[in-house]
Amino acid sequence: MFEYAPAPESRSVVDLKPSYGLFIDGRFVDPTDGGSFKSINPASEEVLAEIAEGGGQDVERAVRAARTAYDKVWGPMPGRDRAKYLFRIARIIQERSRELAVLESLDNGKPIKESRDVDLPLVAAHFFYYAGWADKLEHAGFGPDPKPLGVAAQVIPWNFPLLMLAWKIAPALAAGNTVVLKPAETTPLTALLFAEICQQADLPAGVVNIVTGAGDTGRALVEHPGVDKVAFTGSTEVGRAIARAVAGTRKKLTLELGGKAANIVFDDAPVDQAVEGIVNGIFFNQGHVCCAGSRLLVQESVADRVLESLKRRMARLRVGDPLDKNTDIGAINSAAQLARIRELSDAGSAEGAERWSPACELPERGFWFAPTIFTGVTQAHRIAREEIFGPVLSVLTFRTPAEAVEKANNTPYGLSAGIWTDKGSRILWTADRLRAGVVWANTFNKFDPTSPFGGYKESGYGREGGRHGLEGYLNV
Amino acid sequence: MTATTTSARSDLSELGRSETALRTFLHGLPGVDQVGAEQRAAQLGTRSIKTTAKAQAIDLAIRMVDLTTLEGADTPGKVRALAAKALRPDPADPSCPHVGAVCVYPAMVPYVAEVLRGSGVHLASVATAFPSGQAPLEVKLADTRAAVEAGADEIDMVINRGAFLAGRYQEVYDEIVAIKEACGSADGGRQGRPAAHLKVILETGELATYDNVRRASWLAMLAGGDFIKTSTGKVPVAATLPVTLVMLEAVRDFRAATGRQVGVKPAGGIKTTKDAIRYLVMVNETVGADWLDPDWFRFGASSLLNDLLMQRTKLTTGVYSGPDYFTLD
Repeated sequence: MFEYAPAPESRSVVDLKPSYGLFIDGRFVDPTDGGSFKSINPASEEVLAEIAEGGGQDVERAVRAARTAYDKVWGPMPGRDRAKYLFRIARIIQERSRELAVLESLDNGKPIKESRDVDLPLVAAHFFYYAGWADKLEHAGFGPDPKPLGVAAQVIPWNFPLLMLAWKIAPALAAGNTVVLKPAETTPLTALLFAEICQQADLPAGVVNIVTGAGDTGRALVEHPGVDKVAFTGSTEVGRAIARAVAGTRKKLTLELGGKAANIVFDDAPVDQAVEGIVNGIFFNQGHVCCAGSRLLVQESVADRVLESLKRRMARLRVGDPLDKNTDIGAINSAAQLARIRELSDAGSAEGAERWSPACELPERGFWFAPTIFTGVTQAHRIAREEIFGPVLSVLTFRTPAEAVEKANNTPYGLSAGIWTDKGSRILWTADRLRAGVVWANTFNKFDPTSPFGGYKESGYGREGGRHGLEGYLNV
Repeated sequence: MTATTTSARSDLSELGRSETALRTFLHGLPGVDQVGAEQRAAQLGTRSIKTTAKAQAIDLAIRMVDLTTLEGADTPGKVRALAAKALRPDPADPSCPHVGAVCVYPAMVPYVAEVLRGSGVHLASVATAFPSGQAPLEVKLADTRAAVEAGADEIDMVINRGAFLAGRYQEVYDEIVAIKEACGSADGGRQGRPAAHLKVILETGELATYDNVRRASWLAMLAGGDFIKTSTGKVPVAATLPVTLVMLEAVRDFRAATGRQVGVKPAGGIKTTKDAIRYLVMVNETVGADWLDPDWFRFGASSLLNDLLMQRTKLTTGVYSGPDYFTLD
């Protein structure tokens, strides 16, 4: 056997402080009521830092700072000058990418090879891309002189902490808005390091404000009457509550919510690459991906062959220390999420689906879940309908292309889908009929700042990325 | 071996009897998505192999080297020196393993055979009008027999790419079968010695697409090849990681279908320890430990060996030695 020796990425590039305040008006400040919570490393349950919990008064301060910056500095600033700041931020992110990647893996539990090779390059690319739009907004297709909205309240999830921050902050700033952003309570650290990068880039005070906290902080932020725009990425349940809260106000809203994507494998698919795509679709980032290909729809005539290859491939997945450069699957982000994954997986077994995981040793401390597939799943199973948001794949079969499309669309969600076939015409035929915001053909989980991303149905509304991503931050 | 495997094997052996059956089978193999295959190869290339794993990989890679010289300027003196190096790659360190084989032109085989006799290092010879393969079949067979008689126990043949690209699969198949026969068998031709192992060079740089690489791999295996090899090293595009990935998938699937294991040899352009380790990682994660052995995986290379030796010395002593400490043969 060829055993890979441990290859841990060094933690020494990260300079963690014991505690962090709120980033308001260009400075780190203590919260008004002094509340705090801890952010832990999900791979070891070690406490990483003490984080300030923002209350109503802190949100008030942050929104006021953002308003002042919008009125006095950022709103009146010519686009080409805003672009300079965004380009500067993008470059600093690239320069400090190793530090950011290690911190992201520490706080989130994702493998370093993903934070290093996927998250951070995309974060920098997003800032570069929207920096380019800042002085060209009149060419974006939203009228001759589109105006920003004002203050944007942004609430982001824990699965791609820094990337979701980039998806929110880059277009908002490029369009001329100022922002108050609340990172997820389990993964606030890279957002706080980003605040330091804003200082390093001499970004004017108040343009970016980071208020850490949990659900109450987020609620105070989106309900604050001083914000003009609310952008949220997270669960459909919270998205509904936000939609209710902003209904009847002047606030513009974009939501990027859950998904239960179908990854459709036709009988003429390139099998080895389809298997890679299935693995990437559901096990990338421990399955903590809203657009994860969590339902595998495989044509019955090739199902055995595909499943055999898939199981063989899954046996090669390396689960363990997120900082080890050879780790494929890291830690589940939190105890709460682990409990949800367990509950739904148990429901899958109880409802009669057949469960399989490769032999894999899980570390004793921290939150872990072995990569798992369920076969014999039908549309009636909970694991075929509810978003698990973990490394759990439900396998269903179909007989004809029409049946594949029908099953793929038979979900309240509609964020993404995948098609695997060697036949170009079948790709187009299928993509035309899928009710999903993103359809990948012979690939999966491919992201690019130039490409719009967003959902149909209960997966939300509005688009992030590309020219389309500007619309949510412009008064059009 | 199960009954199903045996029947599957006999089913496949029928394929070589008709052009139509061969074509139907080869074109019925699942396609290869170019982007996906290249992406997978690149991902495997990011594995980080350090300390003990690196030491293990370097020794394994040395044992897998087919130390090669295929030049018009080769002389008995040159190939004898190369053979001596194959036996003792690092004269300063007796714990250093010998390489897998020495690979030379047929005319050079007798000189190498003298040096290698009884050493356990194999003697490979290219044959069949290497590297173009553009010669009459009789010439190719004579070339092969001459190499075997002179003492080669491994034959690296080239397939007829012209015939393959023109879709004349039967011709390619029959030629491989004929060369395999010329390699001898346990009961004839080689005075009781076992038959020479046949490595079939696909020259993937000329086949151009991964679909072709997969078809040519299966064709070579169906016709009886013991190894499939990427390249001659004589055309601009030699071994690449994605091409080797597709070939590894083919030998894996072929064993699943027939029960027979076939080896893989990337050749040409593999120059550094880092390159070699990437290939070993790919073998490990695509076909597994069964192929991590010089009997089933080889590197066709010349300059690779010295880099492996340099890295080996670095790991044991902690310092890099200059190139003058490693023999140039």
